[in-house]
Amino acid sequence: MIISIASGKGGTGKTTIAINLALTLAETESVCFMDCDVEEPNAHLFLKPVLEGSAQVTVPIPIVDEEQCNRCGRCGEICAFNAILPLGNHILTFPELCHGCGGCTLLCPTGAIREEPLEIGVVEWGHAGSISHTHGRLKIGSPLAPPIVKAVKNRNQNMPEGTISIIDAPPGTSCPVVASVSDSDFCLLVTEPTPFGLHDLTLAVDMVRALQVPFGVVINRAGLGNGGLVNYCKAKNIPMLAEIPFERKYAACYAKGGRLVEEFPEMKEAFQSLWQTICATAPEGTKLP
Amino acid sequence: MRIAVTAQDKNLDAEFDSRFGRCKYFIIIDPDTEEYQAEVNQAATAHGGAGIQSAQFLANREVKTVITGHVGPNAARALEAAGIKVFIMESGTVRDAITAYKEGNLTEVSEATVDSHSGLNMS
Repeated sequence: MIISIASGKGGTGKTTIAINLALTLAETESVCFMDCDVEEPNAHLFLKPVLEGSAQVTVPIPIVDEEQCNRCGRCGEICAFNAILPLGNHILTFPELCHGCGGCTLLCPTGAIREEPLEIGVVEWGHAGSISHTHGRLKIGSPLAPPIVKAVKNRNQNMPEGTISIIDAPPGTSCPVVASVSDSDFCLLVTEPTPFGLHDLTLAVDMVRALQVPFGVVINRAGLGNGGLVNYCKAKNIPMLAEIPFERKYAACYAKGGRLVEEFPEMKEAFQSLWQTICATAPEGTKLP
Repeated sequence: MRIAVTAQDKNLDAEFDSRFGRCKYFIIIDPDTEEYQAEVNQAATAHGGAGIQSAQFLANREVKTVITGHVGPNAARALEAAGIKVFIMESGTVRDAITAYKEGNLTEVSEATVDSHSGLNMS
C-alpha cells in the first residue's frame, strides 16, 4: 500500500505527518519511507537513517554530429521544450531544458543524434531502525525533478509484499508533486486553517481528483486562523481525518528534530487513530496490509 | 534589411517591451521604408525556452537585427547562432527605437544581459 503526503501550500506539516505516521506504523508493519521532496529533502533530519547506498540519476540528452545532419528540422519540431533546434548553420542543444524523452533521436533520419547521460541528481537509501528510507537530491542548478522522484519511487519495487510505503511529496501541485502522488492508494493532504492553507488546498484537491487518488485532509495547527477550511471540507464532502492542535510544545519538538509520537502520548494515539481512519476511509479494493 | 522591435502593442506608437523572449509583440520593420508588420509572440506564455523559441521565430522571418531591453543566456546563444544582432535600449516607443537605431544611438550586445527566466515575473 502506498500513502502519499502532499499539501498544496508549503510548510503545512507534510514531513511531520509523514514521519510520525511512518514511526507509528513501523511498530507493527514493514514500512518504507520515500522522501520525494528532492529539491529540499528533510525527513532524514527526523528519521536519522544510516545510509547504505546511492545511485546517480541521469537523463539522456542529445549530442548532434553536424556533419551527418541534413538540416531537416524534425528534431526541433518534436521538442516541446525547445531543447534542440536548428538555427542558422548550427543545431543548438540546451541540455538543461531537455526532459530526456528521446524524440529527437528517434526522428532523426540520418542518425546524426546520439544520446549521452547527463547527471541531474542522486538517490540515497538506508535504514532508520526498521524503516527502509530512500530520498533523492536534485543537483543544484538542475531544474528537472520528476526523473529523481521516479527513481526514488522505483526503489519501492525491492520491498517485501505487504510493505506500507509512505511518500513525502514536495509542496505545490506541479510536475514533481504529480510524479510523487501518482499511483498512490491514498493521499493525505496536510493543510492549516488559514486563507493561504485553504486556497492552496483547493488546488491540491483538484490535482488528486484529476489523478483519481482517494484522499482526505489532515489539519495541522488546528485552532489557528478561521473556519473557512472546515466549511470548505464539509461543503465538498472531503473527509477530515485528523487534527494537530496549534501548540508551542509541538512546534518546539519539531524545531529540535524531535518526533511527536515519541514525546507526546496523545500524539501517538492521534496517529494510530489516523491510520485506522485511513483504513476505514480508503475505498474497497485498496491493498491494505 | 528587416529589424524586429519587442513591443507591448501592435503599432509604431506602442510602448517598447523590455523583455525579449516574453515580449507581447514583435514589430518587424524595414527601417528605410518604415513598412512594418506586428506579430504576436507565441512564446510569451511558454513554460520554458521562451527566448530560444523567439529567436527561432525571428530567424524564420529573416530578421537580422533585434532591438530589445534584456536577453537571457539561452536567447543570446540562439540569436548568435541565427546571426541576429542585438541592440539594447531602456524605454520609449517602437518609433523611438527605430529612430535611435537609425541615428546609431543604441548599444550592441553579444552576451546575455540578464539571468534565465528574468522575463517571467515582469509585466
